[in-house]
This record gives sequence, C-alpha cells and structure tokens, in this order.
Amino acid sequence: MKKLSARRRHPLAAVVVLLLALAATGGLYAFVAPTGKAQADETAQSLAIDEGKKLYAVGCASCHGTGGQGTSDGPSLVGVGAAAVDFQVGTGRMPAATSQGAQVPRKDVVYTQAEIDQLAAYIASLGAGPNIPTEAEYGPEGADIAKGGDLFRTNCAQCHNFTGKGGALTHGKYAPSLEGVDPKHIYEAMQTGPQNMPSFPDTILSEQNKKDIIAYLDAVNGDDTESPGGLELGGLGPVSEGLFAWVFGLGALIAVAVWVAARTAKAKKS
Amino acid sequence: MSTTETTESRARGKAPAGERVADWADGRLGIYGLAKANMRKIFPDHWSFMLGEVCLYSFIIIILTGVYLTLFFHPSMNEVEYHGSYVPLQGQLMSEAFSSTLHISFDVRGGLLIRQIHHWAALIFLAGMFVHMMRVFFTGAFRKPREINWVFGFLLFVLGMFTGFTGYSLPDDLLSGTGVRFMEGAVLSVPIVGTYLAFFLFGGEFPGGDFVARFYSVHILLLPGIMLGLVVGHLILVVYHKHTQYAGPGKTNKNVVGMPLLPVYMAKAGGFFFLVFGVIAVISAIATINPIWALGPYRPDQVSTGAQPDWYMGFSEGLIRVMPGWEINFWGHTLVLGVFIPLMIFPLVLVAIAVYPFIESWVTGDKREHHILDRPRNAPTRTAFGVAWITWYMVLLIGGGNDLWATHFHLSINAITWFVRIAFFVGPVVAFIVTKRICLGLQRRDKDKVLHGRESGIIKRLPHGEFIEVHEPLSQDALHTLTAHEQYKPVEIGPTVDENGVERKVKGTEKLRAKLSKAYYGEESQIPKPTVEEYKEITSGHGHH
Repeated sequence: MKKLSARRRHPLAAVVVLLLALAATGGLYAFVAPTGKAQADETAQSLAIDEGKKLYAVGCASCHGTGGQGTSDGPSLVGVGAAAVDFQVGTGRMPAATSQGAQVPRKDVVYTQAEIDQLAAYIASLGAGPNIPTEAEYGPEGADIAKGGDLFRTNCAQCHNFTGKGGALTHGKYAPSLEGVDPKHIYEAMQTGPQNMPSFPDTILSEQNKKDIIAYLDAVNGDDTESPGGLELGGLGPVSEGLFAWVFGLGALIAVAVWVAARTAKAKKS
Repeated sequence: MSTTETTESRARGKAPAGERVADWADGRLGIYGLAKANMRKIFPDHWSFMLGEVCLYSFIIIILTGVYLTLFFHPSMNEVEYHGSYVPLQGQLMSEAFSSTLHISFDVRGGLLIRQIHHWAALIFLAGMFVHMMRVFFTGAFRKPREINWVFGFLLFVLGMFTGFTGYSLPDDLLSGTGVRFMEGAVLSVPIVGTYLAFFLFGGEFPGGDFVARFYSVHILLLPGIMLGLVVGHLILVVYHKHTQYAGPGKTNKNVVGMPLLPVYMAKAGGFFFLVFGVIAVISAIATINPIWALGPYRPDQVSTGAQPDWYMGFSEGLIRVMPGWEINFWGHTLVLGVFIPLMIFPLVLVAIAVYPFIESWVTGDKREHHILDRPRNAPTRTAFGVAWITWYMVLLIGGGNDLWATHFHLSINAITWFVRIAFFVGPVVAFIVTKRICLGLQRRDKDKVLHGRESGIIKRLPHGEFIEVHEPLSQDALHTLTAHEQYKPVEIGPTVDENGVERKVKGTEKLRAKLSKAYYGEESQIPKPTVEEYKEITSGHGHH
C-alpha cells in the first residue's frame, strides 16, 4: 500500500481513478442491467441509431433541434415514432424546403430507404411512438374492399374526396391526392396524422379497418383501376364535367353548326 | 282541291303509291294546304341561329334516352344489399334507386352509355340554352314581337335547371344526396314555414323514404311535360314570327332572306340532328359522367369534399359558399341569414336577365316590330348589361367551385371566397363600364371605316415626300351593313304646361324613364352614325385619303 499511497499525488492519479471508477460503473451496469434482445440485434440497432443521429444532425437538426426537441421552425420529434419519420421522409415531405407556406408538399424523396430507416431508428430512440407497419398490416390479404369504402366515406372522404383525389382546406392548406401513394405511407399517415390530418390510432380505426381502407383505395384509385365510363376527368365531379361539357360538348357543336351554316345550297332559279 | 287532282291522276292511269298515300292523308288531314303554306318558309343561314336547334335536339335525345332508363330504374328507397358486378360495393346496404342505377351501369346492355348520353346531353342542353339565350339577348332578338317567346325560353331554362337537379338526385348516391341535403337546408332556412315545407317535401324527417319516388314523378312527368309544351309553343312562335336576320343588303324589316324549309332546311336541320346526336354520343362514349359507383350510396352521416351540383346549379352553390354564416336569434327561433339570403338572391339572379327586355322596351318606348338584329356594339348599354350579368353569374360559379380553384391554382380558399364576395358587387359594375367603352370604341371604328375606308396596308409616298396609307373605300354592301342600324334619341319629358297654361304634374316614373333613356341613348352612350352628308363631303374627292 505504501507504493500506492506514495504515488497518490502523481499528476495522472486523478485520471487513473476516474478510469477505474468508470470501468467499475460500466461493469456493474453490464452485470445488473437486464439482457433483453439478442446481442447482435442490439448492436445493429444502436448502429442504426448512431447513423441516424448523424443524418439527423445534418438534415433535420436545423429546424427540429439538435436533440429532436423542436424549435420555432419545427415541432418536437420526441415520441412521434418511426412511422412518422418513414412517412414524412419517405414521401419527400421532409426535409422541407421552408417552414413557411401553408403546408409542406409531397416531393421527390431525398434519402434512401436505408437512410430513412436509420433516421426512424434514431427518432424512435427519443421516445416511444408508432412503429413502421409491416406488409402483413397494410397488404391486401384478408381485406374487405366494400367495408373499406364505407369506412373511407365515413372518415376520409370529407377531405380527400370520394376516391381520394384530394381537396381543399382553409388558408391554402389541402388534403393531398392519394393517387400513387404507397400503401405503407397511407397506413402511416392514418397512424400518425401528419400536418393537418387527424390521427387514427388503432383504438379508432383498427388494424383491420386500415387494411380495408387501403384495399379500397387500391381498388378505386390504384394503378389497375378501370374507369368503365371512359375518361375520368380527374374524378372531381360536376365542376370538371361542366367544364368538359362546355368546352368539348358545346364547343364541338358550335364548330359543327358553323360548318353546316357555311355550306349553303345554291339557290335554284324556279 | 284534292278531289279534282285525284280525278285527273285517275284519268292518266293509276297514280304512284306515294301519291295515293299522300292523297289519302290530305283528304283527312289537309296536309297539302299545310305544306303549301310552310314548305317555302324561309330560314336565314347563320351558325348562331342553330344554337336553338342544338337545344331542341339535345332535348329530344334526353327524352329518348330517358325513356330507356325508366325501363330499368327503380325509384324506391327500400334498403337492399348489393350483389351486382361492381366489386367494391358488394355486400353494402343501399337504396333500390342506387342499386338499380348500378345495375343500369354495369349489367344492362348499353346501360352505361345511355346513362352517360342522358347526362351529357342534359349538361349540353342547359349550356346550349344559356348560349342561345345570350345570342338572343345580345342581338336584341327579344324585342317586339318576340317578348313572349323570350319568356318561354327563359322558363325552359329555369325548368331545365330543376329537371336537371331532380334527375341528378335520383340515383341516391353520396354526391346527389349531399345536394338534396343542401336543398333541404335552404328550405329549412325559410322563416316560420321552413320546417313545415321541408317535412311536406320529404314526407317527414330528411331523408325519409319518399323523396326519390317524388323527385322521379317530377323529373320524368311534371317538368318535362311542361317543358315539352313550352318547346312546342316556342317553335310555333318562331314559325309565326318568322326568323330574325342580321342587317345586310337586301334584308329589310319586312322580308326574310334565306333558304326554304323544304328541301334545303329540312336536309340541313335533319342532318344537324344526327351531328348533334353523334357529337353527344362520342363524348358519352369517351368521357365518364357522374360515376355513382365511385361515389357510393347516400348516407346522411357521410359527406365528401368536392361536392358540387351540375354546372347550371353552380351559381347557387357559389351564393351559399361565399355568404358569411350570419344568424339571428329571435325569441328562441334562429333565422339563418347565411342560407336564407342566398336563397332569396338565387331567383333574383335569374329574374334580372328575364325582365331586361321589358325594361328596355319601356325605356325606349318603341312599339314597332323588329326583325333585323342589332350588332351588340350598336346597343352599348344593353350589351354592357348582358356582359355585367354574365360576369355576375361567372363570379358565382367561381364561388361554387372555390375548392377546386384553390387546389388547382394553389390558392387559399379563403382568399377566393373574399375575392368572390367583393367581385359579386364590383365585378358587374366594372364589366358594365368596360364593355360600354369597348362598344363605343367599336362604333367609332365603324364610323371611321365608313367615312375613310379600310386601311389597305399600302404606304404611298407623295411627290413632296409625305408618306400616307392608302385607304380603300368600302363596298356599297359593306357600307349598308355598317349603317343599317337606327339610333334612338333620348326621350324627353313632355311639356309640363298644357296649351291652357295649366301646369301638369310630372310623374316620378316619367322622370326616371327620361333619365334612363338619356343614359341609354345620350351623347355618352352612342357615337352618332355617319350621315350621308358627311360621307359625301369626305368622299367628294379632295384627294385626302
């Protein structure tokens, strides 16, 4: 002990003590802390969180704050969950060009799906929130299209139109068209309620309900949807129909009338 | 007369079959006399005179396709479960009306095409009537003796609107159901009797189980019946009055220059019917209208954005959408001004254009017949009024589609609503002033053309170095056409003192009339047309132009 006490005034002593203390605490924690998932998974997850944090610092922190706590330019992301990140970044809404403007529009996606997953992992680590749904949740198996249509008309059509063509909200905001939106993103939007949309957690619209709605949208507004009557004219109802009737209907008839009137029979001397 | 002809043809041997049939018919119906009187009836040729034909033919198409649709439509609100071929609605509960419309669309041979022809033809019918009415308005064809026919036409337009509305409501889909709900709300807003009226109309609480059947009788029987009668009356009057014509050489107020009904006009009009039918059929074959399967069955607890009526009801939608939601609570009763005021303005918009001819004839005090049409520029106040009315109507249409304007032009719906509120009052005034100035400008241009000829584009250099543009004098025909219109003088208030020196009381209406007349025909409102003296003086050859 003499040796030890003799060097207790050594300039590096404090450092050594600190290291020992840290090692002890860490060791104790490793011993006491519950071992949850498989070790390898944990590492991958923490790796994703680390990578996500880096991406976040570059692409998101300027508005949402360095720790996701939010600033005057962007809301707090604590507890929004991975689903919100996957929706916002996966549809190109985030990163937004500006925090001004009525609403952040859908645009080209900036990040790869791998990067989005990393960002989502980081945001999910900030606080518990809805997870990214799996194909089993939003896929078409076991969905009731007719029920989905009924649910859509009850819960969604007042903003998104009968078949999800979109509609206007106040002050330049709008409910976007749901044409060509990935089923996963529709599911996430219902789950998280982005921007002006209310959220429909599983207590309001069950997992099965969401599946039905997605299947309905795919049936009436999907890539393979047939329009039995011909051109859809945007699916916007009587305004576009009226415009079409005036421009092409009456327009064509007036053109025909001009043509008929211009062809006059030669008067016969009788 | 027919008897003698028959004997003569017998003498020459047996007459051809056609002649014998005609003889037989003439003996019973007197067709020869009718034909003699009408076969040489003259109709002038101009494309704008065929707009009315577009309406007539689309009306016939609507009747024909409508009859087909009645064969399959069930005007009933009994609830049924759908088991037809449209998958996304299978197993849903809906009214029989909706399910039979789905049946027509998907399971009846040609049903969807016929439905689409019926609906497209309806939109085109109303649009055609609108344009036809505007043609009659801007050319002054409504003047004596055609005022009653103007009213017939106006009634046809209004009845057409309501026939369209009731037809649009029949399938009992989510869109039209919202429209019916809208109408119910408007009825409810009527003070005191609103609730009673609504209960009477729907047989109880909305939607009840009656309205489809009631609208059905109104749509297929009552309104079209009245319309058919009016159409016949309208046509009889057209024949009786003879057709109007544009001014031109050889055309006077006493003749009609054109082609005879038979054979030329019969061929043209008959051919035109098939062209109209063809155009409407092509449109119906390529473009969807009212896809009720996508809209879903009506349920009072559901609604969609973008719920608009067909275009001809769009202005009423606009009135409601832009009206502030005012309410007065009075002794425990609510007066919903936000709906009631639009309901009162709705007929005013229509009546404004309907009564105009009578106002004009009162202002001019002109009791003569007019068969020569005006060029719109030569009646600047009338033209300005018409354009102001169209502007008013269009502003309201913008209001009715404010949500689509917002989404498609990336505007704020609130900004559009405010634009419409302001433009509702300001738009027509601005349109009136601008149109009147344009008309006067065109009158000046006509005057200039008459006096100085047409600008030929040829630049000539005179010996002393001056450059001038050579103006070509107009032909005699063109001169006549440009100067054929007559110009009214403002009416004066007659002498206020009679021959005995007794002062006469000048009535307020008389003063108003003099004032209006001055506004119509005063110096500010028309450019005096060139006189013969002016023309002679300028063209007498001082070599100026």
